[in-house]
Amino acid sequence: MAMLEVNDIHTYYGNIQALNGVSLKVEQGEIVTLIGANGAGKTTTLRTISGLLKPRQGQIVLEGNDITETPAHDIVYKRIAMVPEGRGVFARLTVAENLDLGAYSRSDRKNLAGDLERVFSLFPRLQERQKQYAGTLSGGEQQMLAMGRAIMSNPRLLLLDEPSMGLAPVLVDLIFDIIQQINKEGVTILLVEQNALMALSIANRGYVLQSGEILLSDTAESLKNNEMVQKAYLGIE
Amino acid sequence: MKETTLRAKSSKPLSAYRLIQALLGALFAAYLIWRFYNVFLDGTPSYGADSWLRFAISGVVLGSVYALIAIGYTLVYGILFMINFAHGDIMMLGAFSGYFVFEALEKIPSPVIDNPNQVFLNAHPVISVLLAFIVGATVAAVSGYFLEKIAYRPLRGAPRLVPLISAIGASIFLENAALLLFGSQRHDFANPVQITRGEGWNIPINGEVVILPYTGVLTIALSILILVALYVLVQRTQLGRAMRAVAENKSAAALMGINVNGIISRTFIISGALAGSAGVMWGIHLGLVYHMVGFIPGIKAFTAAVLGGIGNIPGAMLGGMFLGIIETMGPAYLGMSFQLKDVLAFSILVLILIFRPTGLLGEVLSEEKV
Ligand SMILES: Nc1ncnc2c1ncn2[C@@H]1O[C@H](COP(=O)(O)OP(=O)(O)O)[C@@H](O)[C@H]1O
Ligand SMILES: [Mg+2]
Repeated sequence: MAMLEVNDIHTYYGNIQALNGVSLKVEQGEIVTLIGANGAGKTTTLRTISGLLKPRQGQIVLEGNDITETPAHDIVYKRIAMVPEGRGVFARLTVAENLDLGAYSRSDRKNLAGDLERVFSLFPRLQERQKQYAGTLSGGEQQMLAMGRAIMSNPRLLLLDEPSMGLAPVLVDLIFDIIQQINKEGVTILLVEQNALMALSIANRGYVLQSGEILLSDTAESLKNNEMVQKAYLGIE
Repeated sequence: MKETTLRAKSSKPLSAYRLIQALLGALFAAYLIWRFYNVFLDGTPSYGADSWLRFAISGVVLGSVYALIAIGYTLVYGILFMINFAHGDIMMLGAFSGYFVFEALEKIPSPVIDNPNQVFLNAHPVISVLLAFIVGATVAAVSGYFLEKIAYRPLRGAPRLVPLISAIGASIFLENAALLLFGSQRHDFANPVQITRGEGWNIPINGEVVILPYTGVLTIALSILILVALYVLVQRTQLGRAMRAVAENKSAAALMGINVNGIISRTFIISGALAGSAGVMWGIHLGLVYHMVGFIPGIKAFTAAVLGGIGNIPGAMLGGMFLGIIETMGPAYLGMSFQLKDVLAFSILVLILIFRPTGLLGEVLSEEKV
């Protein structure tokens, strides 16, 4: 049984259709990437999985359980965490308060100290800036905070929406290293990226989304070598 | 950051407007200084120190009541970006609840040896006052909860004007419900004798005696207590963090596992409890309750919230205090009739809306508003 199964979802904004039958699967322990041009529907797909949007049609199935109707604020209790596009850190809360809210859903409060240490070992910068308001952090630091906050919920599945957006290349490398590290520690990852080359280089498998439909799906290796993908998304002529 | 860039961008084309604004500001400041000379330095002052002390006392009392109500506007605005125009009526419900508690306790006999006609209200004033506040705050909190559930929640996601109209409708409904239930007459708030209105500690000043009323001190002390408790709640507790998170970004808050609607409900409960307490204070200190008793304090507190920067909690406290003091000292200072104190308060609202809509402490723009 796949960890996450998205079956033929159709999602709308009012009357505007954004997804037209998207299906995908994520197996336990994988890094799966969803690539596609701006406006293809990547964010919409993640927001539908996390319950922020309701599909008009189709199901989201987590380990055999239908979670399509589960409200967004209950999704994290199913141990799915999302790092939203644009990070979504709480600018007027401190770094420490943001991390604390990451653990809002936890009932095993006694393990929090250990998890906080784990976050600080992944992102030492956050430890230095604990008392600072999140709004005063740089873009890279905010991305670290958003990821750290998601880790604080102790997820089994992590949804990442364009974590490299707007970051300097050094930071992109760092973030991708950490994604791999989190994955090695047992967290399954669904990674949305416009930076297709980076995403395919760390993913096991990938899906190519175009105009709200899945165009291609294959192993990351084959997608990297696919002529169409190279032309359209990797900038290789 | 965002705000400054917005300002920087808009400063150029608006420089003429800014010039006029600065000019008017300077004129106004000059007028205030001229008044200072008139009032204090020019021959015989129109008011002695005793009068000013009296104004200051009633200003601080009034201000602490406004502060409690203003926080309700600001909390709700911070989360839903709407003005809860029925908030003053929630305060009215609190005031009536306190009134009925005192009425009931006054009818319970509690005879003692030297006074067989003693009643509970006077035999146990502390319990009575506590009970009035607990019942007043609870009734108002429950009303706030249902107000949101019935009048605002179904309109979530509608254009911003829509819940505003619903708020005005809810306000009219509550006022008329109270009119039907309690009649149109003004009810006299029966305080325990220990805190009879008008009595207090005497402060001799200038050969005169100024009364520091017991009810005023009670009001100020309780307000401070409640404001500190609120501050701790918002800044130090998990609920407070969740409230601030929801105010800033609802979908990110939901992703943390925060039930956004639950937090909104709790915000209305807290706002209601504060307004209800303010209503009981109003009754105890000023003595009259009737179906429209929340109207003027409601608008005043709204003014206070705008003055402090709507959405900003310390701003609401400061704005309330400031407005209370302006209202009592302002007319004397400006040489106006005291009947014009409301005009003064609302002129401030208009001036703030025109010249500094972000209020004294300024508003931090959230992502959703930008
Ligand atoms: N809030 C919205 N309201 C209306 N249309 C939207 C909204 N958000 C996204 N869309 C539309 O949905 C489509 C998919 O958008 P999105 O999922 O954000 O794409 P991606 O993340 O791949 O860039 C786009 O055509 C976009 O214009
Ligand atoms: Mg996107």
